[in-house]
Amino acid sequence: MLQITNLHASVEGTEILRGIDLTIPSGEVHSIMGPNGSGKSTLARVLAGEETYEVTEGSITLDGEDLLDMDPDERACEGLFMAFQYPVEIPGVSTKYFLRAAVNAVRAHRELSELDAYEFLQLVKEKAQALALDTSLLDRSVNEGFSGGEKKRAEIFQMAMLDPKMCVLDETDSGLDIDALKVVSDGVNALRDGNRSFLVITHYQRLLNYIVPDVVHVLVNGRIARTGGKELAQLLEAEGYAGIEAESGVANGA
Amino acid sequence: MANDSNQMLDAWAEQNDYKWGFVTDIESETLPPGLDEDVVRAISARKKEPQWLLEWRLKAYRHWLTMDEPDWAHFPDHDWRPIDYNGISYYSAPKSDDDRPKSLDEVDPKLLETYEKLGIPLEERAALAGVAVDAVFDSVSVATTYREKLAEVGVIFCPISEAVHDHPELVQQYLGRIVPPNDNFFAALNSAVFTDGSFVFIPKGVTCPMELSTYFRINSLNTGQFERTLIIAEEGASVSYLEGCTAPMRDENQLHAAVVELIALDDASIKYSTIQNWYPGDENGKGGIYNFVTKRGLCEGDRSHISWTQVETGSAITWKYPSCILKGHDSIGEFYSVALTNMKQQADTGTKMIHIGRNTRSNIVSKGISAGNGQNTYRGQVKIRPKATNARNYTQCDSMLMGDRCGAHTFPYIEADNDTAIVEHEASTSKIGEDQIFYCNQRGISSEDAVSMIVNGFCREVLAELPMEFAVEAKKLLEVSLEGSVG
Repeated sequence: MLQITNLHASVEGTEILRGIDLTIPSGEVHSIMGPNGSGKSTLARVLAGEETYEVTEGSITLDGEDLLDMDPDERACEGLFMAFQYPVEIPGVSTKYFLRAAVNAVRAHRELSELDAYEFLQLVKEKAQALALDTSLLDRSVNEGFSGGEKKRAEIFQMAMLDPKMCVLDETDSGLDIDALKVVSDGVNALRDGNRSFLVITHYQRLLNYIVPDVVHVLVNGRIARTGGKELAQLLEAEGYAGIEAESGVANGA
Repeated sequence: MANDSNQMLDAWAEQNDYKWGFVTDIESETLPPGLDEDVVRAISARKKEPQWLLEWRLKAYRHWLTMDEPDWAHFPDHDWRPIDYNGISYYSAPKSDDDRPKSLDEVDPKLLETYEKLGIPLEERAALAGVAVDAVFDSVSVATTYREKLAEVGVIFCPISEAVHDHPELVQQYLGRIVPPNDNFFAALNSAVFTDGSFVFIPKGVTCPMELSTYFRINSLNTGQFERTLIIAEEGASVSYLEGCTAPMRDENQLHAAVVELIALDDASIKYSTIQNWYPGDENGKGGIYNFVTKRGLCEGDRSHISWTQVETGSAITWKYPSCILKGHDSIGEFYSVALTNMKQQADTGTKMIHIGRNTRSNIVSKGISAGNGQNTYRGQVKIRPKATNARNYTQCDSMLMGDRCGAHTFPYIEADNDTAIVEHEASTSKIGEDQIFYCNQRGISSEDAVSMIVNGFCREVLAELPMEFAVEAKKLLEVSLEGSVG
């Protein structure tokens, strides 16, 4: 269970998150929607522990463990995974090598034995089959020269390999055509197992036709302005964010 | 974030421990510091050299006296301490050299232990089985493995001081042909006082059946190392050779001024790899080796091929430009380099590719990594002579910066005197990305492992050129140089 309480965060002195309360029980899929600049991606990056963002108040726990007390790699080892909106390229490092280092780092933290090259490839095969993803990307350098769709598929594949408790998808739908969107969504859905939780961050309702959330939150100016079921996403699609912005009285950054 | 990240990178940079810094306590015979004609004569006499070689040395010495120390290097903020050439001892040898070991069993156990500690076991059946090693300790070669086995196929692999006696015609024919004694200040000095080094001869049509390597170790205090390596590959011959270097930690700067000459006849191929890990000095720039080396290969024959690969992580200052003279038609020259400077290290390295023959090709890949207060300079020259029709060069020059106190500089010189030449130069400078490290962190990989992974990826093209046995060593060396806690 992920529990966020009264979270405030700033970047270079400007407050972006202004008191977020959010609980995601195990096995649930929550979505965060919101207009540009509302703080959606900031929330994802604060969860992952990027140093640019300073948490000024509040707390975040994952299964009772204080995430804010951990470095980004520890958070990952504890089971927090973030699929990046813009995954970076690491030239010269093969995806396979990278992923094996990641899997073994996480396994070491969980006091599991290191996977050797053979065991690792077996795991790759198994996960690729379960997600119906092809493994040709694994021999290329991490994200280097990948198309938008390939990058997002690689993120989902990494997610499957690392077996996280809590997955954060930061605008995973951006820049994807409908076919790629479907492949990525199928991958995520295959990873829904009743225990793993998801936080799906998106600007558009479209993604939520494929990954159907249990709960939808609307983020406006750094606060959750409204929470509802999946029908809330459809309402936003029809009416836009203006209504909620006006209603929450923070439209002008008050 | 930029600041935090720089602090993190600086933190690992400062943790860089040099693990090869021990001193072997061994009785040595050392000439007193100082340089004059008598010292040159003494070295020559000590090695019982023929008259022609003594004359050759003296000529080089007299020429050296007329030359000035070069001052063209790029030294931002470096307190360059001029070298006192009279403060250096020009000859130091373990005492047991008096009755030089006839076989490996007779080598001083202390020396064997030293090389063992350095990861270069000299027993022929040990870890490096399949690699023949010449071990040069201060001024002399102390052991050469697998000589008999190599002799069976006609390959000569021995200390150059022995080649002078056993193969005088070859030495006299080729010594100084590619790097003449008056070539430059340090080459002239080396020609006057060189003490040992390796000699390799691969006869016509022979592919050398194993990797050859020389391991250079500076041990004594205030000693310069001036080795001389000569590799000859006859028609259709091929060889892969590797040198490795370390030295103890000393507060004083020590001078290493080597000369390496390669010559490849028709269809011959020489691959020369270096893993240079001389003591780099401490974080304040105190001590460390001055590594001023002249390396040059002559592709004399048609379709000959010379390839230089270097991984440079050590030395306080490195000036080194392994070059190829592409004289034979259709000959190929290659240069692959990784230079890592940390603390106050300075590396000024690159290559010269001189295209003389028709259809000659050269390929240059240089990867510079700067950390701490390190300065890294690529300096390269591509010269296409008028008769080099259809010459082709490709240069790729990438720099990576870690933190904000280091520097990367690129000085490419291109001269094309033939209209058919195609010369390409690509350069890039990047900072190791905070976003790359964060991405790795988010997958559970520690910052330290992330940095080493990113650096290894950056160097991959070059590391791939090293012989397999040493690629692993080089990777480890880069990792060790990147060791230390971060965050």
